[in-house]
Amino acid sequence: MCSLGLFPPPPPPGDVTLYELNNALVCGRLSEQIPLAFQSQVPDLPVLSLPKEPLKAHGRLEPSARPPFIHHRESLWKRCLSAWRDTGLCGLLRELASAEEEGLRWLRTGSSHALAVCRWLSSLHGSLFPHLSLTSEDMITAFSQAVDWAGCTIRAFAWHPHTNKFAVALLDDSIRVYNSSSATVPSLKHRLQRNVASMAWKPLCASILAVACQSCVLVWHLDPTSLSTRPSSGCAQVLSYPGHSPVTSLAWAPSGERLLSASPVDTAMLVWDVSTESCVQLQWFGGGGVTYLAWSPDGSKVLAATPSAVFRVWEAQMWTCERWPTIKGRCQTGCWSPDGSRLLFTVLGESVIYSLSFSEYRGEMQGQVGGSKTASIVADLAETTFETLYGEERIGGEVHSMVWDPTGERLAVIIRGHPESPGSQPAIAVFRTRNSPVFELLPCGFVRGERGARPQLISFHPCFPQGALLTVCWSSGKISHIPFFFVSTLEPRASPRRSPVPVLGSVREQPLFSEL
Amino acid sequence: MEAAAGGQRALLRQVLGWRVAAAITWSVLLLPICTAAFIVLSGLDPFHPVRWISNSFNDLYTSYVIFCIFLMSVVIIVISIFNVEFYAVVPSIPCSRLALIGKIIHPQQVIHSFVHAIMGMLVAWCATVMTKGRFQFLAVSCTPSESPEDAVPQMCLNEYHLFFLLSGAFLGYSYSLFYLINNMNYLPFPIIQQYKYLRFRRSLPLLIKHSCVESLYFVRNFCVTYYFFGYIPKVWICTTMDLHTDSKLHPLDTLSGLLDLSLFYHTWLSGVFLLMTWYIAWLLFKIYATESHHFPIQPTFAQETDQCLPKILSSNPPLLIKFLALQDLMLLSQYSPVRRQEVFSLSQPGGHPHNWTAISRECLSLLSDLTQRLIAQQEAAAAANGRAKPPVGELKVPPQTPGAVGIEDMSFQSQRSNIVLRASMSPLVKPSLMPVKTSPGSDVGSPFSSPALSYKMGVVDVKSPWHGSVQSPHVVRRGPKLWTSLSDQQMNGSHHESLPVLSAARTGSEAVQPRFIYTWLQNKQEQMKTFLSKRALIMYFFSKHPEASIQAVFSDAQMHIWALEGLSHLVAASFTEDQFGVVQTTLPAILNTLLTLQEVVDRHFKLPHVSSKPPRISGSLVDTSYKTLRFALRASLKTALYRITTVFGEHLNAVQVSTEHKKRLQQFLEYKE
Repeated sequence: MCSLGLFPPPPPPGDVTLYELNNALVCGRLSEQIPLAFQSQVPDLPVLSLPKEPLKAHGRLEPSARPPFIHHRESLWKRCLSAWRDTGLCGLLRELASAEEEGLRWLRTGSSHALAVCRWLSSLHGSLFPHLSLTSEDMITAFSQAVDWAGCTIRAFAWHPHTNKFAVALLDDSIRVYNSSSATVPSLKHRLQRNVASMAWKPLCASILAVACQSCVLVWHLDPTSLSTRPSSGCAQVLSYPGHSPVTSLAWAPSGERLLSASPVDTAMLVWDVSTESCVQLQWFGGGGVTYLAWSPDGSKVLAATPSAVFRVWEAQMWTCERWPTIKGRCQTGCWSPDGSRLLFTVLGESVIYSLSFSEYRGEMQGQVGGSKTASIVADLAETTFETLYGEERIGGEVHSMVWDPTGERLAVIIRGHPESPGSQPAIAVFRTRNSPVFELLPCGFVRGERGARPQLISFHPCFPQGALLTVCWSSGKISHIPFFFVSTLEPRASPRRSPVPVLGSVREQPLFSEL
Repeated sequence: MEAAAGGQRALLRQVLGWRVAAAITWSVLLLPICTAAFIVLSGLDPFHPVRWISNSFNDLYTSYVIFCIFLMSVVIIVISIFNVEFYAVVPSIPCSRLALIGKIIHPQQVIHSFVHAIMGMLVAWCATVMTKGRFQFLAVSCTPSESPEDAVPQMCLNEYHLFFLLSGAFLGYSYSLFYLINNMNYLPFPIIQQYKYLRFRRSLPLLIKHSCVESLYFVRNFCVTYYFFGYIPKVWICTTMDLHTDSKLHPLDTLSGLLDLSLFYHTWLSGVFLLMTWYIAWLLFKIYATESHHFPIQPTFAQETDQCLPKILSSNPPLLIKFLALQDLMLLSQYSPVRRQEVFSLSQPGGHPHNWTAISRECLSLLSDLTQRLIAQQEAAAAANGRAKPPVGELKVPPQTPGAVGIEDMSFQSQRSNIVLRASMSPLVKPSLMPVKTSPGSDVGSPFSSPALSYKMGVVDVKSPWHGSVQSPHVVRRGPKLWTSLSDQQMNGSHHESLPVLSAARTGSEAVQPRFIYTWLQNKQEQMKTFLSKRALIMYFFSKHPEASIQAVFSDAQMHIWALEGLSHLVAASFTEDQFGVVQTTLPAILNTLLTLQEVVDRHFKLPHVSSKPPRISGSLVDTSYKTLRFALRASLKTALYRITTVFGEHLNAVQVSTEHKKRLQQFLEYKE
């Protein structure tokens, strides 16, 4: 088991982690350059700084355009109808209970009693699943992969799976798409694009971006050759389903055919056929909703975390699932090894990383997930004090988000730290991993940003040819890219530059001529 | 030939037989549950709950309920047989209102409606028996009147019972009508694989909701019908059975008679019961029939040869079998490395990749068929547009009218792609099926064009300097459609092969009649059409709905989607799994077919009347997924191409394709499509 005590001490304050070379993280001043030998190999990725000030915080606190208009008294019948349309039964009852018309005493008292019953029932429901009593913004804040979703400029980040292109969702509900090979930065805005919790690019496609919004899933069809900086909202498909909002997590099938969406309010997750806008509900009661989805890179399994102390692993052919109760809290995050045989996950309230291995996927075992009996602890991230020249530093605590690079050799983890203790700060720890023949987790180092910047989101470049490239979004609104140079035993699939080498254990290894 | 057909029918029976039997068994087994629910709800008495519950449970074991269940099982079996007889994997979409009316009065459909009405009446009779109370018997003794001299007890007609029976028949008929209009005989294949129980459970709430709402509408319609025409059956029954009408009771075909809440509730409930049992039978059949079937790739025994996948694909089996085979191909290419290995394997003596050749050839011919169809449809659309634009009286169309220029542009593009198409994939497509065109020069050099055509073009084209002249060949080519005068026809007579491709494709061969009469007939037909199209009523019935005709073109696109997915997954897997390089030999053909189809599909979505976004699908029980198949096809075509280019990467530059396609491929490699 790996623990934080084995890590090299964090870099001195003021230094910034620049890259990894020869198995060690190199830090220094920002102005320092990557060694010349590697400079040409790193694509020219935009390093961005998106400070909070220029972004106009959206002034749409009121959900409707009611205030600017003069109040006009309509008949009760019309008001009831509009209340029913806007907010459903509860709104109707509220409207009736507050009616001032004459001769409706019995109706008024009746509806106020019914309203009380409704409230009591919903509070009962809320006591079973406390997250249901949250407002949708608080819910997204609680379940998002971003450390400080509500307060930071960058709310979601997504790398395109095949090209040097990424999308950033900002505080003002707009999305910008940056491309290393073009200077135009499309900015996506839509009436329904509010409170973006997650984004995902469609694999095996040039430019289709799915966005998880408060009320629906938007699928943007961007023309990669277009020079327009403001694609019209006609380019977006709206996928909505009653009772399925807010959407907090999205996952595309690696084969690019289906999209999964999940909401903490809905017990069913939806499998979308985006081209026809039709969906299939995968209902599984218990847990109260689905907060986080992760599709394994080989496409065989899906992790679905719920708001209660249980998570499920679905098998993606016949869509059956295995249920995994956790002891302490809900599953916060999880990530899959490239071959889909190992799942690493963390649990809220515990500062450890669990590992769960699955029997190798052969395709013949229809409808079996094939998980092992128990999960094992592979890393202990309890708070550790590091004595450095510049004073002591305390790092450790719960894991907020975790990503595994496409080659399966580096694992980056955002450790949230304890909010109570003053010295503890969120930090990014990087592990070296190996998945075969035996699973190994070795410490690599801590990634440090500029002074005062806390990590917000992390993501690995899906096809970096020289190793791995970690993109970190900082709380200051800066997005930096940290390359890890190493020679991988496994090439990332779907690399745009070079074609992939056959995967391990392929049949190509057979000799052409026999010895005899 | 006949033996093969017989074998395929046997295969269909073997595959479908068990599924039908299981579906019927389950729907019959679910019948008692529905019946119990019906009995409990029909005796609804909220003021005496204990008595209500105990009474309804006592009723469950009575002999007449058992008899009703038995009778309704027979009804369910009959309904299931109709489901099996009428199912279709490719929906038939009526393109105009007349076609829809034609479908409704088709003898097959009339029988369907008639039998369903009878069955509805039977179910309604069972419902009255189980409801008991005042609905149970058709003839009851009249209420004794005050006058003492009328002591002889008379039998009167129980109008409630008649109302019930007629409502059952009406519901049965409405069910049959909606079955036709909503294309409920269409078997939609699910977008993800799931176990049957889970699929059934997922659809059950929707089914209940749908039957409740439908029943409400049907009963409302029935009440209106009964109000107007109810006296006819009443009088008829009274006279034939010598029954009297009870003067004490309200007649039901009046407003006050119909405003009976209990009657309405019971009619509605029996309607829900009827629709639910029938929908369950229908749903179970749908679930069982679309379940994936595992076809072997290589026969283990010699007599199984007819049942293995390559054989089925290359023969012409019943459509359902073909769909199941393609679905199986898609699944195996995606999930099963072992079966993929069998596809890539070589035959034991001889070393030929028979499996791969058969599968890829069949998939490619499916896709190029679709390409043909789309080209034909685009041609027809372009021609129709061209005819609509210029005024009718005009004899000579100046080629520079704005409408004509646009069309010309489009048709030129299509022509260019046609040349590419013909040059590239002719080994797979029968030359006779290729649209024959008079394109300047290029066809003469093509080795695949027929010598007769080359000769003709030599005659026509060499004499007239088409290039750079004001008159473009495309306008002339469409001459017979544009001009109505006879002399012009004769002048352009040599072009008769280039009549609309659609008609050429339909007849499948060149016109055999003397060309003069043929063109004259064509002319008259056109004139007739323009004459009739000005009459509003006829237009109403004959006018083609553009959306419906587009849907009709893509109605079997599910096959093509599976072929695309299966092929692309196999090709992508071949990069690491294909030991003998069998896929490499067909890779250029596959790429050519896919890229050509991509071009044609792209162009299709640029046609007028073609929406680029799918319509909203309401989450109802009735599946309308056939309306959006073309969008699914477009998406999976692009994904298929990307799947191949992503895996092969730069290696694709070594594949022999035309320069046009090479450019396209490069775009895919750079993720710019």
